[in-house]
Amino acid sequence: MIPIQLIKETAEALMDKAAIEIPQDYLDGLQAAAETEDGDLSSFVLKAMLENYQAAKEDRRAMCGDTGVPRWFVKLGNEARIEGGMIALESALRRATANSTKGVPLRPNRVHPLWRTDHNNNVGIGAPEIEYGFEPEGEWVDLIAVHKGGLFGTDYRMLFPSDGIQGIKRFYLDSLMAFGKRGLACQPAIIGIGLGGSKDICMTLGKRASTLRVVGSRNSDPRIADLEDEFKELGNSIGMGAMGFVGRNMVIDCNIEVGYCHTGGMPMSVHAFCLSSRRAVARIHADGRVSYRTNPDWFTDYQRRETIDWEPVGDATE
Amino acid sequence: MSGPREVRLSTTPPREVVGNLRLGDIVYLDGLMYTAREGVYRRALVDRANIPMDLPSESAANFHCSPAARINADGSFDMGAVTATASFRFSEWLPEWMAKTGARLIVGKGGMSSKDYRDYFVPNGAIYLSTVGYGTGALLGRGVENVEAVHWSEELGLAQAMWVIRCSRMGPFIVASDLNGDCLFERENARIAENVARVYEGTKPAVLKRYGETDDRADEVI
Repeated sequence: MIPIQLIKETAEALMDKAAIEIPQDYLDGLQAAAETEDGDLSSFVLKAMLENYQAAKEDRRAMCGDTGVPRWFVKLGNEARIEGGMIALESALRRATANSTKGVPLRPNRVHPLWRTDHNNNVGIGAPEIEYGFEPEGEWVDLIAVHKGGLFGTDYRMLFPSDGIQGIKRFYLDSLMAFGKRGLACQPAIIGIGLGGSKDICMTLGKRASTLRVVGSRNSDPRIADLEDEFKELGNSIGMGAMGFVGRNMVIDCNIEVGYCHTGGMPMSVHAFCLSSRRAVARIHADGRVSYRTNPDWFTDYQRRETIDWEPVGDATE
Repeated sequence: MSGPREVRLSTTPPREVVGNLRLGDIVYLDGLMYTAREGVYRRALVDRANIPMDLPSESAANFHCSPAARINADGSFDMGAVTATASFRFSEWLPEWMAKTGARLIVGKGGMSSKDYRDYFVPNGAIYLSTVGYGTGALLGRGVENVEAVHWSEELGLAQAMWVIRCSRMGPFIVASDLNGDCLFERENARIAENVARVYEGTKPAVLKRYGETDDRADEVI
């Protein structure tokens, strides 16, 4: 049984880490980009960003004043048990979100869409989002805090099978061009692409591809992995860099996730996880141990399974 | 490579100093700066509430910003990170705001159009400073020497309130417009556009069109 107080304390620590500490994989990616950047202004911007991450860590200050919209991904091992059940878990995550908004502090970004009511704590109807995943074995729970930038850099389109790869490329480039100008996508970013699924799942896949996979990871399907490489290079050949200035770095990495879709369609979504790629992860074990990391490791073989029943590789027969 | 020119600038700058700034200069600010976005504009310009500062003598710098900050129980303030919000949404308010307050430095994210600059920035002797990144929230936070006041937080909420901050070498910012009315972002767009046809080579437009589509990649669709 995982104590609820431990979940709340860990969630608060994660909110703090996500807002302040840039994940190492993204930092490495941005440093590599800064070394190749030859645009005068975009080069200055990347250097300023690298200084900014350092300042955030030294001062324990949020790396960006727009601290985005906090959201949670929760993954449970099949044998995990939470003290108080899932209602207690959701309550703890909402409480931690409110407490950390005051504590870090974060910007209270969440308002009612019509009445603009602001509780000043990033909690409200449907906020923060809490999404779930499961794994076949384990008594642990993974908490993943993501502070996703809110306004620009995301788009969806229903493409069709006859649009093919060239149509996918066109929509990808269109999205980068549209949101890259004046740097509204806060690039260079981790770009996530969702292909397939129904419309909502297509958006979910793309968002998770950008926020839950680390720089340098590749899809387990080798042909999709090749596309990821190709799309990264394509995005970086536009000639646009940070803030929409002339430059050669727009995409720190491109991650693609797919889901089965209607036979007549090929829905596609594009997401940019901004220069402040804020994510932090902790695994809480049944015995009370907590281990922190920055790789959500969300897309396991189980999450990408194609079969009716789960048959772990090498353990199919008993 | 020498890199861009760096300048320290008062938040109540004389006209000739503003006139000497060039597109792409890096600016660090000293003096008082206030945040104002749609909530403040509406309250001051539509509801005609009295602006609780003496403008522009106290400050000619309007920051499009909602800081990550809190008001403590004892009434003091803690400001963590500071980053701008996108400015293009405020063009309906700014002409009247500038006329009323004498703002000469509009500080925000992403700039405005060259038409905005020519129509009401240049006649008011004003230029646009863009934050860098976006955003260097922690670096800008270091440039906040003190939070002097927060006005209208009850009425507008923390994010929309009018924060008054004392800047000490606060930056970096980039000069994104000048007194000719030239626009840094449009200049960069034009340079990038020269290469774009080559990148699109071989790709094809979607089978099913959407309303309002343009095929001119020089257009801004936001």
